[in-house]
Amino acid sequence: MTQDDLTIADPKMRAEGVNVFYGDKQAINDVSIDVGTDLVTAFIGPSGCGKSTFLRSLNRMNDTVASAKVTGKIELDGEDIYAPSMDVVQLRARVGMVFQKPNPFPKSIYDNVGYGPRIHGLAPSKADLDVVVERALVRAGLWDEVKDRLHESGTALSGGQQQRLCIARAIAVDPEVILMDEPCSALDPIATAKIEELIHELRGKYAIVIVTHNMQQAARVSQRTAFFHLGTLVEYGKTTDIFTNPKQERTKDYITGRYG
Amino acid sequence: MTFNAAALLLLIAGLALIGWLAGRARSNLLAGRAGTKLHSRPQYHGWYVALWLFAPAAIFLAVWSSVSPALITNQVLASEAAQGLPSFGFERGAILSDARDVAQGRADAVRLPAAEPLVKPYADASHKYAWIGIAAMLALALAGGLYAFTRIKPDFRARTRVERIVMLVLLLASLVAILTTFGIVLSLLFESIRFFRLVSPAELLFGTTWAPQSGAPQPDTFGGIPLFWGTVLIGAIIAMIVAIPIGMMTAVYLTQYAAPAVRRWVKPILEILAGVPTVVYGYFAALTVAPALRNFAVMLGIPNASTESALAAGIVMGVMIIPFVSSMADDSINAVPQAMRDGSLALGATPNETIRQVLIPAALPGVMGGILLAVSRAIGETMIVVMAAGLSANMTANPFASVTTVTAQIVKLLTGDQEFDSAKTLAAFALGLVLFIVTLLLNIAALRIVKKYREAYE
Repeated sequence: MTQDDLTIADPKMRAEGVNVFYGDKQAINDVSIDVGTDLVTAFIGPSGCGKSTFLRSLNRMNDTVASAKVTGKIELDGEDIYAPSMDVVQLRARVGMVFQKPNPFPKSIYDNVGYGPRIHGLAPSKADLDVVVERALVRAGLWDEVKDRLHESGTALSGGQQQRLCIARAIAVDPEVILMDEPCSALDPIATAKIEELIHELRGKYAIVIVTHNMQQAARVSQRTAFFHLGTLVEYGKTTDIFTNPKQERTKDYITGRYG
Repeated sequence: MTFNAAALLLLIAGLALIGWLAGRARSNLLAGRAGTKLHSRPQYHGWYVALWLFAPAAIFLAVWSSVSPALITNQVLASEAAQGLPSFGFERGAILSDARDVAQGRADAVRLPAAEPLVKPYADASHKYAWIGIAAMLALALAGGLYAFTRIKPDFRARTRVERIVMLVLLLASLVAILTTFGIVLSLLFESIRFFRLVSPAELLFGTTWAPQSGAPQPDTFGGIPLFWGTVLIGAIIAMIVAIPIGMMTAVYLTQYAAPAVRRWVKPILEILAGVPTVVYGYFAALTVAPALRNFAVMLGIPNASTESALAAGIVMGVMIIPFVSSMADDSINAVPQAMRDGSLALGATPNETIRQVLIPAALPGVMGGILLAVSRAIGETMIVVMAAGLSANMTANPFASVTTVTAQIVKLLTGDQEFDSAKTLAAFALGLVLFIVTLLLNIAALRIVKKYREAYE
């Protein structure tokens, strides 16, 4: 079978009947979705539709919000990530995340990338760490720009470079899934193009889920697209189908710019 | 008839109320008659009249209250009855104030017979100047009120003017604190200069023997180093060894781990701790901590253990500073963007790793600023060291021994009998100046660090 079939026989992540509540308010209502191993999956939808909330439940970042509660089942390689036996620290090492605004630590470029490998003990010696840091920066397409100033502060880079640094930081831990929460919304078009190019290159190495409110971006970078509206998953399918031949009226209205 | 400032203030406040009503009524009337719209709403015209009525009169009242007693005394001294007074000094002052009390009704009869002939001149003079004062004040009030009243017209910009006056009042209020600081610095400076005429600044700053009251035959020596060392040992070393780790850990717990309910209880309790009078900490240090530490030291066989120890004062001062450090650290940690925390957690860092490797380094400049402020508070702290640290100027690193601090010595030099022309008393001002300059520099450094750090995240 090919990866481009809509049914995913061996999904990397599988969500079944997921609800997310913030206190009494339900943000996500009964969402079921499969995330393919070698695919880029895009979540689109109008602001406040719950796409970011759902994304954050895939690596349990919602745990940091005291009032948030997740029900239903989310599996990573068939393992329930909300099971008591699941160690959230290990989960997040396997499911990395890139945020809306670049958030490099106020440390050097080297230490930003080395942070994850250090805390997870992935690089026993300094030489190993050098290798890991270089590989991550190369993969993130940032190596040539920063190789001569690895010990300058990560916060001194431009916005686009900062975001690629954050991607390098996530890659350095060698995750299986990378979640990207509107990674280009704070960037200019050129920096955005670089990130999109990077996503193309990363495809196949990691399962990538990207939340975006830019439909052209979803069309450009993803193979699967999920359309969220008011906390429900309205339609999920091949990106080409969603954009050329949506089955649902609501999807069509959104894509043609009727609302959003 | 005497000059009662409080009653007169009430009187002009009453007049101002009438002025307010009159101003408002007149502006209403003018608006009605001309059929035009007022530039300012009627109450602003009222306020304009009231302020013109009140402010000049009140300022005059304040000036007159401070000037008139001297005028009265001058007139009394010029009278025939005053020619028999002793020419100078304490006795003359006592007789005059006795006569004044009787003349102004604060006492029933003179205590000193020599004051008797002065009562009548005093009463006359008081009477005269009281009337002059009241008449001038009322004239000013009425003149101001009338001036303002006649300016009321529909297009008169009363609101602009009233608001300008309000702004002026606010400006004056903020100047009070600044001018007071200047006054304090100047008074310290003048007394210090007098001291430095007797003793060279180099001796105070670098001398190693502090013996201001050795008396003859040895000359007094004013070497400040033992005091500075004691101050640093207690305020900057021992107190900080206690306050920094505990304060930081408190802040980390409260910001990162504590349930909201716990935080709701612990934070106010810490703030109460910051409000405990320092003399209470002093008791605690002197009566509880110091003896316990001495017994402990004796048990260990440490020489020179004293019931007045640097350690007791330093530990208790550290406890006093904990809320200060923890609240500054709390603010700094909270100011680190949530995105930093999320970024670290999303990489699979534990909360503990996130705090140690991301939050605290990011918050460090703010925390450092807080610590500098805490040091500046600790070295200026007086009560605890007076009660618990002792007064003997030893240069020792033994924390169980007695040391003294700048503030404790200032208290010692200024209490008891004072002669304001001796080097011993003036030394207190010079020490105060040194302390003031050091704490000022610490505060400036702390504020700069905090400000720079704030800019980095906004």
